Amino acid sequence: MVAVNHGHPMTSDVVSLDRVDEIRGLTLDGDVVRIGGAATWTLIADEPVRSTVPALAQAARTVGSPQIRNAGTIGGNIATASPAGDSLGVLAALDATVEVRSASRTRLMAIPDVIIGPKVTSLEADELIVAVHVPVVRGWQSYAKVGVRNAMVIATVGVATVVNEEARSVSFGLTSVGPTPLRCPDAEVAACEAFWTLDGTPRTPTARDIGHIAELVMEGAQPIDDHRSSVEYRRHSVGVLAARHLRTAARTLREQ
Amino acid sequence: MTTTTDTTNQTAGRGVIGASVTRPDGVAKVRGEFEFSSDLSADGALWGATLRSPYPRARIVRLDTSPALGIAGVTCVLTAEDVPGRNAFGLVDADQPVLAVDEVRFVGEPVAIVAAESPEACAAALAAIIVDYEELTPLVDPEVAIDPTSEAIHPSGNVIRHQRIECGDPTVTGQFVVEGTYEIGMQDQAFLGLEAAMAIPDPGGTGVELHVATQWLHEDQAQLAASLALPTDAVRLTLGGVGGAFGGREDLSLQVHTCMLALRTGRPVRIHYSRPESFVGHVHRHPATITMRHHADADGRIVKIEAQFILDGGAYASTSSAVLVNAVTHTQGPYRCDNAVVDGWAVRTNNLPCGAMRGFGVVQACIAHEAQMDKLAEACGISPLDVRRINAMATGDRLITGQIVESVAPVLRCIDETDHLPLPDMPLAPADHPYGLPGGAGLTTDATDVVRGIGYGVSIKNLMYSEGFDDFSTARCIVDNGQVTLKFATAEVGQGFVTIAPQIARTVLGLDVVDIDTIDTGVGSAGSTSASRQTWMSGGAVDAACRKVREKILEAAAAQMGGASVEYTVDNTDVVHLGDGRRMPVVDIVRDRLYDETVEYHHRPTVPLDQSGRGDCHTAFAFAAHRAVVDVDVELGLVKVIQIATAQDVGRALNPLSVIGQIEGGIAQGLGLAVYEEIIMDGGHIMNASFTDYLLPTIADMPPVEIALIEEPDPQAPLGAKGVGEPPCISVTPAVIAAIRDAISQVRPGPVDLPHIPVRPMDIVRAARGESLSRIMAD
Amino acid sequence: MRKPYQLHVNGQTLDVLDPVPGESLMTVLRERLGLRGTKTACSEGECGSCSVLVDGELMCSCLVMAAAVTDRAITTVEGLGDDGISDIQRAFVECGAVQCGFCTPGLIVAAHALLDRHPDATTDTVREELAGNLCRCTGYGRIIDAIHSVAIARRGGRP
Repeated sequence: MVAVNHGHPMTSDVVSLDRVDEIRGLTLDGDVVRIGGAATWTLIADEPVRSTVPALAQAARTVGSPQIRNAGTIGGNIATASPAGDSLGVLAALDATVEVRSASRTRLMAIPDVIIGPKVTSLEADELIVAVHVPVVRGWQSYAKVGVRNAMVIATVGVATVVNEEARSVSFGLTSVGPTPLRCPDAEVAACEAFWTLDGTPRTPTARDIGHIAELVMEGAQPIDDHRSSVEYRRHSVGVLAARHLRTAARTLREQ
Repeated sequence: MTTTTDTTNQTAGRGVIGASVTRPDGVAKVRGEFEFSSDLSADGALWGATLRSPYPRARIVRLDTSPALGIAGVTCVLTAEDVPGRNAFGLVDADQPVLAVDEVRFVGEPVAIVAAESPEACAAALAAIIVDYEELTPLVDPEVAIDPTSEAIHPSGNVIRHQRIECGDPTVTGQFVVEGTYEIGMQDQAFLGLEAAMAIPDPGGTGVELHVATQWLHEDQAQLAASLALPTDAVRLTLGGVGGAFGGREDLSLQVHTCMLALRTGRPVRIHYSRPESFVGHVHRHPATITMRHHADADGRIVKIEAQFILDGGAYASTSSAVLVNAVTHTQGPYRCDNAVVDGWAVRTNNLPCGAMRGFGVVQACIAHEAQMDKLAEACGISPLDVRRINAMATGDRLITGQIVESVAPVLRCIDETDHLPLPDMPLAPADHPYGLPGGAGLTTDATDVVRGIGYGVSIKNLMYSEGFDDFSTARCIVDNGQVTLKFATAEVGQGFVTIAPQIARTVLGLDVVDIDTIDTGVGSAGSTSASRQTWMSGGAVDAACRKVREKILEAAAAQMGGASVEYTVDNTDVVHLGDGRRMPVVDIVRDRLYDETVEYHHRPTVPLDQSGRGDCHTAFAFAAHRAVVDVDVELGLVKVIQIATAQDVGRALNPLSVIGQIEGGIAQGLGLAVYEEIIMDGGHIMNASFTDYLLPTIADMPPVEIALIEEPDPQAPLGAKGVGEPPCISVTPAVIAAIRDAISQVRPGPVDLPHIPVRPMDIVRAARGESLSRIMAD
Repeated sequence: MRKPYQLHVNGQTLDVLDPVPGESLMTVLRERLGLRGTKTACSEGECGSCSVLVDGELMCSCLVMAAAVTDRAITTVEGLGDDGISDIQRAFVECGAVQCGFCTPGLIVAAHALLDRHPDATTDTVREELAGNLCRCTGYGRIIDAIHSVAIARRGGRP
């Protein structure tokens, strides 16, 4: 709509999805939340997502303004594939699956297979994101994004951190520090070793452990300079956010 | 928020001076019925649009508009050769073309204009016009522009003005010497009501009626007459509803273009700017590099100031010379200083043109002088408040220009009353809502990551125009059978002149039913709505016109009740005999009579500065102090402003609620400059021409504001009231920056420098690490 | 030209004749239906001046395609309040929350949505729910005051 408003008229027919109810809602199915592609941020910021996938609800709540949250959808966020997309780091960290449908077939794809470049997806012209399947995991998770203002900002940097106690894993999903949302394999391995011993017993990561993991996150990031921010600041703040998440995750685990 | 003044609406009262009367256009505005200039329409109206240069500097090799003329719905396409009169405009020097000839000098410079039946046809026409440009190397570094050997990018040269000030003994030195260089970025007025105008041509093109959102109807009229080659009275302007201005509407933008298209097509034409277009379509606050060196004695008293100012005026001069004078003459701030050497340049570059923005050069000077005062405090080992108290100016002191400050100058009171306002009750990083923390909605920050800092700023700001400019105002008061009508050309841009004008009339005349006639050029000039001048000047004109009517009313009263008019006065709604108290309602005296008086109100004369910067160049002054409390996440460089407190020298609050509105609004703009707002230029190109990336403070960013109104009526002001528009946005910026420095100083020892304004997150991160930031421009 | 359609605005069914494909609801309201209370300040969802309610939900009308909301109930500033002025509108005037007024219609609509959902809104909730409405004149203080005064009045004076 912004393009239309700025003088680029619609040149082809447009089909509105507003009445397609089956893609506008969400359902909780045991350990998966199935979120319709046209589900709005307002819906996603609320229960049941708030309790079952808190990082995603947090991400939804940070999007723009109430006006944007009432109109913007998770399917739109994925299809736009902006490197700064607020849900994308969370979905990547959770290994969410995107259900894509055309007249002829349905595909289930991981985020890295859908989002293949900055604002580039692998979707065909006749494909629609009908749902996102988001695993419900047991463990601490959060999404944080850096912006200069208190609200209404495009993320300078976004970090999603998911602790999966059952799988004994920690995953990171980074946004605005690469052409697509990034995972951090090296950092995730190090985090796994810091949070659990080899036989699976939980342990408390030390400050040095956390620092080391944060550095690996920083090394895994691929930030660029642009009018919003710099390589230096993006790399630095990605590390700070990761370290803070790990600190809080560790404290939460300790308190359990 | 607490204030020392009652702001309850005195709806039971008469709505006289001193009451918090609600605005007369308030109901229309909340219902969406108030017509802004972008809401106007006329039968048969065409749309107009502007083709703009994509280059900061280029030669126009070929310009072919014929392809556009063939597009369905396109009625006309005009270029420089179609300008009927002078193809030049400008508030001081007419150095800017209405439409570019041969060369473009900034990204966004208008090259051609089109009129068509729809916005879509306009867009198609613009796309079809062929312009071949030969790109030239843009001049974007203002320090290069000062160099006399630099290639002139304009026939008038690259230096718009140089002004030196020499005061006292230049050889004197102080025991303490502190120095700093400050780089202030380009701020945008970002008024929400986008540029919009509608022109309706007279049959035969003998004249034109223009409805436009502007700050100064008569200045627009004069420039239009020159460019349209029409007699002045054939160009009739009516104020369209204005959605904010803040200096950004003082220069012409779309006025001549709209009229040209209307006159050529013989039909009404509307032009509306988009937001990206608005960013390049009006002037901005001057980016500035200011170096100051303060010398002080053992007690911290300023002995000498040396300073250098470089203001980047962009491609065309606009009011750069006046902005420069304002900046350099305010070098000392509201403090005593007997010796000074100041050099200031306003230069031309191929960056966006700069001109008036609320504060007009004093914002930049204040950022520098307040940072210097903090450095001085540190060097002398006294508190930031005490160094300001020791040096505080008072009535009768001189500026470094030699001018005596005759205005009421309650600087010490501003400082002390600000200091006494309660500190915020908010705990460091409250846990219940993310908005209480730096990083806000982004959930970046915990209580343990936050430090709180406090900072101060104090300012002096000149009121009205300077250097001999006679910016008078005119008002007409008509009383017809008891119905009062005020007629003036004072541009209401949201500041509330339409609210206080009737208050003045009610107070002077004792009549309560007051209407305001259409604001247009059907009465004399009111001057610009800028320079915090309208309460004083237009308020003074309304007051004077009403007094002239009152004098006639008292004569009529005397004729009826006996004696001479000097024996009578107006008290509330009666005419009263001063001797024996006999009274008669004013409405009875004025029944069936008609009174009609027009007055021009002039302030006292001023003079230009001489070559050594000496001269009584300013008219009057107002003062304010601010305190900022901020929470800073120093690791991420994120800031949450917790509270702003201010004591402002207002003279007299004609409408306390309106004054508070001006103060809170000005503080928001100053806060924006401190931490969010900067137009990012790269090689002459604007990188953030949208609200996505030019960040205004939202409601989530504005803190509560504590206000103390200092009311010491100024005997020079016609109503005792000083202007209140600019002082709130000036010293708040350095106060916020000082608070950030204070916060950072708690995590590491040593002096903290934040030389770039707005302060960016990386600046805070680096300062907290102890890295030197001097002259670092990049994030 | 596409075929005309209808929109339900402020309880009335209005014809949109000669529509342009893909036009925003903001443009249709202002230029085709003559409802100019809704304002254009950025056309990209960043300022909230064009805010309307669509089935009671706050949206930027510049981001809504008009032809996509033909089956929804649209409320603009012109449709708020009985007798043409609501308690919120009155409070904005009384509390000095209006200066130039350009942001005002959008803010009024947003304030209505806010108090409908959060009648006991704290200041933080007010800030969160109005973060999408920029004001350049007032600094927001009087706006927050106006909203709290309405909330209190609606509760019968209970602070």
